[in-house]
Amino acid sequence: MTTKATYTVPGGIHPKYHKELARDRELETPTMPVLLKVSMSQHLGAPAQPTVAKGNTVLRGQRIGEPAGFISAAVHAPTSGIVKAVNTAPTATGAVAASIDIEPDGEDKVDPGLQGNANWQQTNPEDLISAVADCGIAGMGGAGFPTHVKLSPPPGKTIDTLIVNGAECEPYLTADYRLMLEQPERIVEGISIIQHILGVKTVRIAIEDNKPEAIKEMERAASKLHGDIKIVELNTEYPQGAEKQQIYAVTGQEVPSGGLPMDIGALVENVGTAAAIRDAVIDGKPLTERVTTITGVPLQRPSNVVARIGTPISHLVEFCGGVNNSACKLICGGPMMGFAIASEELATTKTTSGILFLAKSQVTAFSSTPCISCGRCVEGCPMRLVPSELSQFIEAEDYEAAEAMNLLDCIECGCCAFQCPATRPLVQHMRRGKAEAMLRRKREQAEKK
Amino acid sequence: MDNKTNGPQQYVVSSSPHAHSGDTVRKIMLTVIIAMLPALAASLYFFGLNALRLVLMCCSTCILTEAISRKIMGREAAVDDFSAVVTGMLLAFNLPPTIPSWMAVVGSAFAIIIVKQVFGGLGYNPFNPALAARVMLLIACTGSMTTWTMPGGSFMSVNAATTATPLGMWKEAWSSTATAPAGFFEQYPIMDLFLGNQPGCIGEVSALALLIGGLYLIWKRCIYWQVPVFYIGTVALLAGILYAIDPETNLRPDYHILTGGLMLGAFFMATDMVTSPITKKGMAVFGIGCGLLTMIIRKWSGGYPEGVSFAILFMNALVPLINNVTKPRTFGHLKAKK
Amino acid sequence: MELSITNPIVLAAVTVGGSGLVCGALLAIASKFFAVKEDPRIEKAQDLLPGANCGGCGFAGCADYAKAVVVENAEINLCTPGGNAVLKSLAKLLNKDATAANRKVALVACNGSDEHAQRKFLYNGIADCFAAHATGGGDKKCPYGCLGYGSCARVCPTGAIEITDGRLAIVHPELCISCGACVKTCPRHLITLIPETATIHVLCSSKDKGPVVKKYCKVGCIGCTLCTKQVENKEISMDGTLATVDYTKPFDGSKAIEKCPMNTIVERRMTSAREELGQLELAE
Repeated sequence: MTTKATYTVPGGIHPKYHKELARDRELETPTMPVLLKVSMSQHLGAPAQPTVAKGNTVLRGQRIGEPAGFISAAVHAPTSGIVKAVNTAPTATGAVAASIDIEPDGEDKVDPGLQGNANWQQTNPEDLISAVADCGIAGMGGAGFPTHVKLSPPPGKTIDTLIVNGAECEPYLTADYRLMLEQPERIVEGISIIQHILGVKTVRIAIEDNKPEAIKEMERAASKLHGDIKIVELNTEYPQGAEKQQIYAVTGQEVPSGGLPMDIGALVENVGTAAAIRDAVIDGKPLTERVTTITGVPLQRPSNVVARIGTPISHLVEFCGGVNNSACKLICGGPMMGFAIASEELATTKTTSGILFLAKSQVTAFSSTPCISCGRCVEGCPMRLVPSELSQFIEAEDYEAAEAMNLLDCIECGCCAFQCPATRPLVQHMRRGKAEAMLRRKREQAEKK
Repeated sequence: MDNKTNGPQQYVVSSSPHAHSGDTVRKIMLTVIIAMLPALAASLYFFGLNALRLVLMCCSTCILTEAISRKIMGREAAVDDFSAVVTGMLLAFNLPPTIPSWMAVVGSAFAIIIVKQVFGGLGYNPFNPALAARVMLLIACTGSMTTWTMPGGSFMSVNAATTATPLGMWKEAWSSTATAPAGFFEQYPIMDLFLGNQPGCIGEVSALALLIGGLYLIWKRCIYWQVPVFYIGTVALLAGILYAIDPETNLRPDYHILTGGLMLGAFFMATDMVTSPITKKGMAVFGIGCGLLTMIIRKWSGGYPEGVSFAILFMNALVPLINNVTKPRTFGHLKAKK
Repeated sequence: MELSITNPIVLAAVTVGGSGLVCGALLAIASKFFAVKEDPRIEKAQDLLPGANCGGCGFAGCADYAKAVVVENAEINLCTPGGNAVLKSLAKLLNKDATAANRKVALVACNGSDEHAQRKFLYNGIADCFAAHATGGGDKKCPYGCLGYGSCARVCPTGAIEITDGRLAIVHPELCISCGACVKTCPRHLITLIPETATIHVLCSSKDKGPVVKKYCKVGCIGCTLCTKQVENKEISMDGTLATVDYTKPFDGSKAIEKCPMNTIVERRMTSAREELGQLELAE
């Protein structure tokens, strides 16, 4: 049932993983903070619209944000309490979005209107998808793409392979690992629900080979599944957990440029998302908590916590015994693709897989020194781009030339900048170039009209 | 990145990634210097004081001119990346033991000022500074640059009797008398060439020392194996074919590999990051091109018995083209199925 | 040596000279036949223009503008670098009235240098405002403040924008040619083109409420509305919580400046600087 992956991503890097910091820490539930700050922008796409006002009383699981548009997701109250304010707050990326402050009443009363469906095998897929949408499930691997959209392929597209992503290739993070170890049944039940929704027989559970215990647990739990089920043992290499690279590692097929996995009949769901789908369908439970790894060398007691969404980072830091003053960088997510943030006031969201503190000695500052053409970024790029030349075009503000070199295929995984001996901020260059290229496309489209 | 600012301690915020391999330009240059130590030891052993004199002259001139020219050009006066030391050592390795000091100084200044800083500094130079300086000296001071002595003597007093390099001797004999030089193979047993007991530039004679350094660089992932393997492989293959066709007029392939600057060039000069291609395919092409040109010059050029410097410099000029042609196929950009 | 046609020197001279003559004749004929009739004034107008090709007039360059004033009847007062001298000579050439345009200059509506406005983190990355703005939302605590990484200064064709030691962009009006390049570049939309005659400015763009502004900036507009009560005809009005100057009319704003508790409102004369510079040039 377990097979070794036949393919490895092109490029890729081997960073220091530091997973030992939190790997053996069992899932814990921290105390309820005095104030939860629930952002309306917890997913990819349009932020949700707040539906409650200051002074309202809310129950756990009650909807407090309506999805605004097709690619959007609902937001629910993480606990019962009183709405203290509806204001704006910065998200991890620095953008500003609406946010609802809830003061918990300590009773954690669940909305009685929420109904589970134990009989889901007899329910038709459309109703299950709407249950997933009602519960506001968004991809929990990091990008936060609304799950119900992913589960509804447009007519003409069929999905024949479900890939369940348990690679967790980001260094430091152990949230998915702990989930696979402690609650594999939740994940497996979620997988069978997705199988039922999409009518998929082939399931591949992809896990990197640095997590043998997780592979064992998942193998045991997955024996309950029906169909062509296999655990795929991936080589430990960053970024094996990136969607396109993982599909390649598992199936040997490349997602066409600009296309979606469904174009080659594949769907990738994170293990955490599968578990959340199970809770949404069987228990009728909206997504109001998630496993978050809070770790880093400067942190007193790195932990894996099941925290309510909207918990301020400062509260979790306190729960973990605080940080010492060597902390120099605070990151929301993993060290490769996470966002550096300025303050511990920020609250967790559906996509916060980790909170990471880096000590001053661990941080290499970027500097815009010239490229020495060593070729290490080319070697590391999992999209087979030429980051050195791309960054030089972007530096010269020749965005068209960069676009002609497939700039828009960049997945911002960070392998190039990780490798760069000149410590050039390559990913930042790519982001800038991509933003400019998108602006140009928009302008051109507007002109055509 | 000091926590200068207003208020209490602030976090650093940058774009992702927040992790780095730890390999910086400085570290790479230091590794290259370490890799050159065996060859340096060999040069001191074989050429004594002269080797010491040249290495010190070249390195100090390179560091000094780098600092001064950077200051004049208004660039950050950063010489702490050790690239000037690498250039100085490489140029010294490429000089014959008896060359006057002033020529070494002029060559070093030329390498740093004209070949490197005028083009914009490390990263922007299209040609390998040490090689370009060597070729400049070779053309400008041909006499001094082609006066060779046998290694030996004590450290303080070196062998003064001039001789020809093995490659020079071979070519000279064939062009003047159309016969192989008398007693050639007896004079240069293959083991002597491998260890370095042969006339030549101070750093190029010992294939063993260069091999140790080169393997260290590959092990430390400072250079890719493609360049030296394809370079030396091409030379071996071509020399082998020529030798198979006519063993009388053509030098044996093992002599081609162990004499002249091939080992030094293949491991330390052609692998220079700035002036070699960025893709592995490109590096292979680059290595093959260098090998081809080296053999063409060694076999068919009129005056030059040795072609490594010219071959690498010429291929340096082709690097942008090679990069362009060997661009990898972007992931997801599949060829249209028919 | 005999000078016959077979002598190589003579042969060469004759061939080269002959073919030169033939080609020259052909070119002369071609230029007569294929000549494009062009208004001679275009070339003259182009000679009058400064030739800086700055694009400040809105045309692709001086040649383009010269063509536009002659053929398309474009306004003749659009050349900022040329100033009055060019305007007058163009008017003479085209027999038009020389009415000076309402000149504009760029203004950075933020006065929060590092001395006054706080930063929330240490930014490490590309020294470019667009890139900095996209990283954690920019390091200035004020989401509307000038980041000071100099993108506007880099696009300015005349070097009129200076980044001060306090990481704040300021425009030197005497050098500004109002081309608008900086206006398009600033990711926080802090730069506007205002009439050169304006003297009173609100140097803040923050739409945050007063208490919030006070937390991060010592010179930001807190929306106290005191200034609006110091002017007679609503020359300063409130746009939400931000005081805004109506640049269409000149007015006395000294009282408003006096009353502003944050010193957000300042007096800055844009014309005087340019006049001084003009006199200098004349003296030379």
